[in-house]
Amino acid sequence: MRASEIRALFAVANRPEVVSLAGGMPYLEGLPLDVIAAAMQKLVATRGTTVLQYGSGQGDESLREKIVDVVRLEGIDCHPDDVVVTTGSQQALDLVTRIFIDPGDVIVAEAPSYVGALGVFRSYQADIVHVPLDEHGLVPEALEETLTRLAAEGRRVKLLYTVPNFHNPAGVTLSAERRPRILEIAQRFGVLVIEDNPYGLLGFDGDPLPAMRSLDDQGVLYLGSFSKTFAPGYRVGWVVAPHAVREKLVLASESAILCPSNASQLAIATYLETCDWQGQIKQFRELYRERRDAMIGALSEYLPSASWNVPDGGFYTWVKLPDGLDARSMLPRAVTARVAYVPGTAFYADGTGADHVRLSYCFPTPERIREGVRRFAGVVSAERDLVDLFGTSGAQDPDLTDVENPGPNLA
Amino acid sequence: MGTAAESLTVTEDATENVSADLPTPDGDTGTTGPDRRPVERVVVLAGGLSHEREVSLRSGRRVADALRGTGIEVFVHDVDASLLPFLDEIKPDVVWPLLHGASGEDGSIGDVLELLGIDYVGTGPRASRAAWNKPIAKNVVLGAGIDTPDYVTLPQSLFRELGAQPVLDAVVGRLGLPLVVKPTRGGSALGVTLVRRAEDLPRAMVDCFSYGDIALIERAVEGTEIAVSVVDGPDGPEALPAVEIVTDGTYDYDARYNPGRTRYYAPARLTPEIARHVGDVAVRAHVALGLRGLSRTDLIVDADGNAQFLEVNVAPGMTETSLFPQAAQAAGRDLGDLYRAIVTQGVNRRAASR
Repeated sequence: MRASEIRALFAVANRPEVVSLAGGMPYLEGLPLDVIAAAMQKLVATRGTTVLQYGSGQGDESLREKIVDVVRLEGIDCHPDDVVVTTGSQQALDLVTRIFIDPGDVIVAEAPSYVGALGVFRSYQADIVHVPLDEHGLVPEALEETLTRLAAEGRRVKLLYTVPNFHNPAGVTLSAERRPRILEIAQRFGVLVIEDNPYGLLGFDGDPLPAMRSLDDQGVLYLGSFSKTFAPGYRVGWVVAPHAVREKLVLASESAILCPSNASQLAIATYLETCDWQGQIKQFRELYRERRDAMIGALSEYLPSASWNVPDGGFYTWVKLPDGLDARSMLPRAVTARVAYVPGTAFYADGTGADHVRLSYCFPTPERIREGVRRFAGVVSAERDLVDLFGTSGAQDPDLTDVENPGPNLA
Repeated sequence: MGTAAESLTVTEDATENVSADLPTPDGDTGTTGPDRRPVERVVVLAGGLSHEREVSLRSGRRVADALRGTGIEVFVHDVDASLLPFLDEIKPDVVWPLLHGASGEDGSIGDVLELLGIDYVGTGPRASRAAWNKPIAKNVVLGAGIDTPDYVTLPQSLFRELGAQPVLDAVVGRLGLPLVVKPTRGGSALGVTLVRRAEDLPRAMVDCFSYGDIALIERAVEGTEIAVSVVDGPDGPEALPAVEIVTDGTYDYDARYNPGRTRYYAPARLTPEIARHVGDVAVRAHVALGLRGLSRTDLIVDADGNAQFLEVNVAPGMTETSLFPQAAQAAGRDLGDLYRAIVTQGVNRRAASR
């Protein structure tokens, strides 16, 4: 089954009959839309000629000042000059990769990794080498071993890509104890760290862990986003970068898009100024915690033959299927059963992952999540009968270069 | 248009296979007459809850655009809970179900439209049901003297009862290799595998049964892959020029809908006799299966120049890379005018049959 077939199967997922556990859309219905609308109205009425005009390549200064406040919640102490605003942190990934990667350069990334990052890395012909993670995140020993081996092979490793908090798709968090160790190893091997952190403020218990960037202001490019903590429609993310990199990022961004949207940036700056954004994030955390509980409860009840982690934040559960199942070839059966998920192969650059699926709990209500897992369990059970019958097992992804995740607007 | 696939289309001798009898917009063959009324308002059904939803949405948009270009008011609607109230409000002259898979091609939508007394384009419910079940369709055309590759139909439950390997061994023993495994229902090559080695057969069965409970396993015939579209004209069904498909690898879902992997020749590079033969076979299949309006028959022309029937589509794809529109263009037909003639026929069919 090729990727285009998989992507076509996702087309049913936005139908109301289908419970989609495949998407990554945040749940926006809790936002104070009337307040936001009034603020937008006022913004255009009073500052329209600025809002609708070109802006600076680095991003609006007033917003960058606010971003400094946001990242301080994770212990980052930086200056507005260190911040480059981007069109979602997806563009930040693109700019960083464009600046650093020549074809054949190595990017070390967790196994599994965020599918959107893998897509960017591939498009710049980076060679992606996976390093395993466990329930405490990226494994330092494995990282060191991999970097040592790559160095011995004479490979040029430029970047380490990591999602330290509430990993997409694995759901795990890099422990506080491991953070300095990972940074030390990266520094020793001369590898720059991309700390991709869209979910850091969406933890269900306790305060956010200190960002890796808070421990190292030279070796880390920190990527942040308002997409999960506010709204992805504005497409505003940012990079906190060391001085030398920041200038290059601004030039690269100017050549790509001239400047990020002024309308979006000023809208978000207004939101941060006039609304209780921290209270809103707290509400989101409670909402997503309830959904996580629904997901885990339903998995325990309906799918005891599988295994999964219990995420402490973020949007995703990473489920290991019973032996022999292939998440890709099972997808048509899931569509017939009116449930959607993302096959694990999407999150690996080496063709593995068919034994896992990513189930998201961000968008559907708790009742729908339970129903979705119930359907999914039926799919797994029927597919198990089938693979037992024919004695097949999970297959390698036949094409490592294709895109087999759903589009961003999938529920 | 103007996609990469489009530019690969070879359209030489474009008029060679055109029938002069096909309804044309400026002629009066399809659009007037005592029982004919003009079509002003069409509802195109696209989407649905099938594995082929995406293809259907693309087909629907293409047809809607082409029809709008002829001045018809067109609405595109999904098959969902709001459809029947919508039809009641809009009161279209005719509905064109461009649904692929499931309720679209199995005839259910036709049943409902007939219950509601709404005219629609295409094959009626009973014939749809037969045509969209591949083994039944093969049986019917076999009865009409058309060749089709030798095959067996096996439900998953049978493998459970008898054990998988003995049954697969028997299949290979009788039909040999290579084989094609496909779900008995559904299109766009979803769940279809070309199997060259016996050890790959179990995997192909799993991929097939993930789409449906019954598998059709047929002998893979080497030859030229051909699709022949058929349109009902005033004097009966007429074949459009055959389209030849040359794929790098299998003509799978990816090759069908992503420009670049497949090269189409429209009309197909066939001798005049074989071109006539494949057209004749497609028309005979259309008639034998009781199809109406339009259809597309997929064939292989084997080494002896014989057309072997593979399957028929009562709702052929209409996307920018699909075969029916390519055949129409190879015939020198304007798509808008052709689609207009097709909906005009749909609107008047019930009147004519009363």
